[in-house]
Amino acid sequence: MKRARFDHRLLPVMLLVPQLTIIAIFFYWPAWNAVHSSFYLQDPFGFGSQFVGMDNYTRLWTSSEYMRVARFTLVFTLLVTGLSLGLALLLAVKADKVIRGARTYRTLLMWVYAVAPPVAGLIGVALFDQNIGAITDLFAALGYDYRLGVSYSDTALAMVVVSVWIQTPVNFIFFLSGLQSIPKPVLEAARIDNPSGFRRFWEVTFPLLAPTAFFLLIINITYSLFDTFGIIDTLVKNNPASNPMTLVYKVFIDGFRGNDIGGSAAQSVVLMVLVLILTVFQFRLLERRIHYT
Amino acid sequence: MAQLSVTDLSKTYPNGFTAVHPCSFEIEPGEFVVLVGPSGCGKSTLLRMIAGLEEITTGEMRIGDRVVNDVDPAHRDIAMVFQNYALYPHMTVRKNIAYGLRNRKVPAGEIAQRVTQAAEMLNLTDYLDRRPSQLSGGQRQRVAMGRAIVRDPALFLFDEPLSNLDAKLRNQMRIEIRALQRRLGVTSVYVTHDQVEAMTMADRIFVLNDGRIEQIGTPSEIYHRPASTFVASFMGAPPMNLLSGRGTGNGAVALDGGQAVPVPLDTESNRPVLLGLRPEDMALDGAGPIAFDIEIVEELGAHRLLHGRLSEQPFTVSVSKDTEVGTGPARLSARPGAVNLFCAEKGHRL
Repeated sequence: MKRARFDHRLLPVMLLVPQLTIIAIFFYWPAWNAVHSSFYLQDPFGFGSQFVGMDNYTRLWTSSEYMRVARFTLVFTLLVTGLSLGLALLLAVKADKVIRGARTYRTLLMWVYAVAPPVAGLIGVALFDQNIGAITDLFAALGYDYRLGVSYSDTALAMVVVSVWIQTPVNFIFFLSGLQSIPKPVLEAARIDNPSGFRRFWEVTFPLLAPTAFFLLIINITYSLFDTFGIIDTLVKNNPASNPMTLVYKVFIDGFRGNDIGGSAAQSVVLMVLVLILTVFQFRLLERRIHYT
Repeated sequence: MAQLSVTDLSKTYPNGFTAVHPCSFEIEPGEFVVLVGPSGCGKSTLLRMIAGLEEITTGEMRIGDRVVNDVDPAHRDIAMVFQNYALYPHMTVRKNIAYGLRNRKVPAGEIAQRVTQAAEMLNLTDYLDRRPSQLSGGQRQRVAMGRAIVRDPALFLFDEPLSNLDAKLRNQMRIEIRALQRRLGVTSVYVTHDQVEAMTMADRIFVLNDGRIEQIGTPSEIYHRPASTFVASFMGAPPMNLLSGRGTGNGAVALDGGQAVPVPLDTESNRPVLLGLRPEDMALDGAGPIAFDIEIVEELGAHRLLHGRLSEQPFTVSVSKDTEVGTGPARLSARPGAVNLFCAEKGHRL
């Protein structure tokens, strides 16, 4: 790579300042604040705070409620990531084969991406609503009494479905463009070498799609963990008591509803470390098996 | 029995474009057939129809004694070498070569043996554990060849396999492919737009133009007795000179610019014709019957090209390097039997 040369010492610094300021204000400062607050116990009315050492952390480890949320988050993340990736891949492979009306078809599949998460949550609420929800009616017709916001598993189902629904188009776009960038002759060579379309897909097409899939895996895990906040918030309707929630939502509930700033800060720090470990793990273990061409 | 026989085969795309007009031909076992023509002439489409990568619109195709119109590419017993090699980038050379065998349930021991054998034949033994991205263009070409020969198919198909290589490597690979094909005796269909490749490699050449086969013949037939003005001007570098004129009825052609050129053929009086003369069939001859005005002398080392005008029509003559020549008026004579006559309207040979 070519190295840029500056005549003036100050110029490169000036060029970096805006970016660094943004990172400092919106990342380092809050992160530092979170780490700092996690060692203190705050007065609920904001009058003062007391240093408590690791108390906030040990409280998390011993809290069965926190562990329950952690377990749900794990299941939720696995389900949302797995389902939205799988569904998008299936749709992309099928859409890639459509020749007539391909553009219209693809646009229709991407449309959902334009829906903002809270709006998606609202649409989800409408669909799963106790009185007017089409899906609730469907369940009723099947003889099941579906109760959003009341039954733990029913709310969890709505959360997963809406989260998968909103994320699938993004994955679809990436998978489709990934599929279309695979050189056609390679696939044709495979058609001559291998009679089984199914095995051709997993032995030739998918490995060539692996860089896209890996990128999407990281994006989707991050999405499931963090960006589903809006959806969850709409679905649990400020009534989180018996409802499932993710770790991120619990940070918000404990900090802003429960006014437990210290505990909430400790949770954020735990999350930060978790994400760090996860990312390192993904790059170290998975990326090694991917060939960028 | 023919290895590949095609009856009334045609290809029309859904948008109505006919890429290949109905054609019939047979290819004998062990034959090396080259399909040659300008881009868009339908030669690749024809090859891809043989491979099963394009559907056949009408007609029947047989490989051996089996009708393969609706047979899957993998079951046609063919192997294909693609223009840009089409290697599997995520597999090693060994796996690339073995892939077609693995999917045909060949025992592992036999696969290993055949891969080793193919690698030796192609000087790839040291590269078996590399990936395609770590190989040069020529080596990738060899891997693509290896993938084809290891299968020992009924038919080799080549789709412009040398067009991505530089000129020197191309000449070398041309000879290697031909030698390999002779050795293995596998019937081959080879597509190229390069007439030199067609001339040097083929047992028989199919010249295609606008989705039609213009002529089928040995390289010598194609070169010396082109069936049409298209074949005459497409094959050969520099191409055959085509001079427009009219038949005189008494063994000569009156060129549009004035001169009459004697031809050893009967020419219908006043019929518009094109007179075809290969540049190397002309000789400078002080007593020759044809006047030629040399404008440019092109030095090519082994021979010289004289570009100029013959009865106001552009004309090229190729002379040996020993012939000293300058610009200006000269006299020419044509080698006996070198004269080709074509219908001026339809372009076919007379």
